[in-house]
Amino acid sequence: MSVVLQEPGLVEEVAPVRSRRGLVWQTIRRRPSAALGVAILVVVGLAALLAPWVAPYGLHDQVGPVFGHPSRAHPLGLDDGGIDMVTLLMWGARISLVVGFAATAVSMLIGGTVGLLSGYFGGATDTILMRITDYFLVIPDVPLMIVVAAIWGPSLFHIVIVIGILLWTGTARVIRAQVKSVRERVYVKRARALGAGHARIVLRHVLPQVAPLLIANTVLTVAVAVFDETALSFLGLGDPSRISLGKVIENAFQRAAISSGAWWAIVPPGALVALVILGCSLVGQALEDALNPRLRVAHLGARTFRLRPLVGRGGAL
Amino acid sequence: MPHATPETRLALRRQFGLDKSKLAQYGIYLRQLAHGNLGVSFANSQPVWSNLRSATLNTLPMVALGTIFAIVFGTLTGVVAAWRRGTVVEGATVSSALAFYSMPTHWLGLMLVILFTGVLPTGGMSNDFLLNPTWWEHLKDVLSHMALPSLTLGLVLYGEYTLIARSAMLETLGEDYVLTARAKGLKPWAIVRRHALPNALLPIVTLVALSLGYIVAGAILIETVFSWPGVGRAVYDAVLQRDYPMLQGAFLLLTISVVVCNLVADLLYFKLDPRISA
Repeated sequence: MSVVLQEPGLVEEVAPVRSRRGLVWQTIRRRPSAALGVAILVVVGLAALLAPWVAPYGLHDQVGPVFGHPSRAHPLGLDDGGIDMVTLLMWGARISLVVGFAATAVSMLIGGTVGLLSGYFGGATDTILMRITDYFLVIPDVPLMIVVAAIWGPSLFHIVIVIGILLWTGTARVIRAQVKSVRERVYVKRARALGAGHARIVLRHVLPQVAPLLIANTVLTVAVAVFDETALSFLGLGDPSRISLGKVIENAFQRAAISSGAWWAIVPPGALVALVILGCSLVGQALEDALNPRLRVAHLGARTFRLRPLVGRGGAL
Repeated sequence: MPHATPETRLALRRQFGLDKSKLAQYGIYLRQLAHGNLGVSFANSQPVWSNLRSATLNTLPMVALGTIFAIVFGTLTGVVAAWRRGTVVEGATVSSALAFYSMPTHWLGLMLVILFTGVLPTGGMSNDFLLNPTWWEHLKDVLSHMALPSLTLGLVLYGEYTLIARSAMLETLGEDYVLTARAKGLKPWAIVRRHALPNALLPIVTLVALSLGYIVAGAILIETVFSWPGVGRAVYDAVLQRDYPMLQGAFLLLTISVVVCNLVADLLYFKLDPRISA
């Protein structure tokens, strides 16, 4: 579903390992890019998580002049309200990540369920669910997100739901393909022969097989969700009472940080968003390479190169 | 209309057909649509069609310039990166492509604004203070206004296309026939040009065609940053003004362009890959 950063040939050469978890760790060890991604996510995640305790100043404290220059006390300067940028970034990352993960959870729930049901039952269920997926797939999602967010009104919850209900199509398709192959395996047939019900087969035998792929997909979707949140906030559709990274960029833009020459108010928040997206892409990519058996078959052609639609899709440009 | 009299309201509702039931309104909409009538904008009382047409005409050249930039440079650097696998060139290419791929579009636009303030115009589509410009002056003016928005779009897409082109090329270079070509003693450039590139172009062309559909979907963020009066801007303004006929029309346009580009991608695939000719 995403840019393959590793030549397929190398992935095939990975020695057989005992467990899936082993495979994941092996991939991360073998690929410095994956390790870098993990490092980025851990650092940003920790800073965001610990913001209430380690942020140098209060989120609402005016600690200096408007657009104060970077100094020793404020390494990244001050914003348009005289608030310390480092503090803002930590709190902003917190909200951005919360939105990213919550929206991803929503989309995983929908995408995972649709993919599972569609792939497992096949037939009419499959046809109907896939037509619905196709329908969602051609809707340009950023314009639709803007419409829904504008009509529902600005709130963090709405943003999460809007992003969540528009990002699940890719997941549904990947999971469906995987479930279709798992369903035909012998142990699933055996379980069915032993009289296991649909629920048991799906939950005990199919889901565990596709779960790792679902996780890889989750990480990739977080990147898109964080991007979308930034875009929505920039267009003024974010929650005005919550400072996310997108909001920090928007505030700086609206309050003429550029014409005041206050680059420090606008460069770091965007760079941080880019870092988070980069980290998610690297990690998700590595996981998917390691877990998605289809990516290892070289002649499957174009499928390998399908990009996770970060910007091209939905007209977020 | 905050202070309108009840009569004015009623008249307006009747004028736009809002007094009828939702179903009846939808019926009218569909019937008019079949005749090519997209309705009348609430915001400026102009036909939606003419609003959209002028917006599209503004967006297309800007988007086309950026996309061509991205296709040319993205494919080129992607192919070079795959060819020079394991070298500094590849490392630099992949890192820069990934960086551009990760940047929020509007932020990248703002960075370019910071870098190019004073050098290039950073907003609008033309200089209103140019008195009676000749055709050539006008073109130069519009092109200079177009430079930054196009570059933003181009750079974001450049990241994507480079990574696609590189993966495609790497995969092809690993094929047996490339090994055979090498064993025959062909020059590296001949291998790339004759054997690898034509095959690698397959997924590249398909993906680029697919992504075009979504680019036409309106460069909302870019147009907001650079105040470019295009489709994206029109969608955004229509949302803020609750201009539903405009929104309906714009969405129809966007969806059709996505579907058409999907079709084109499929047709191109047929054309390029003799193996799946029907």
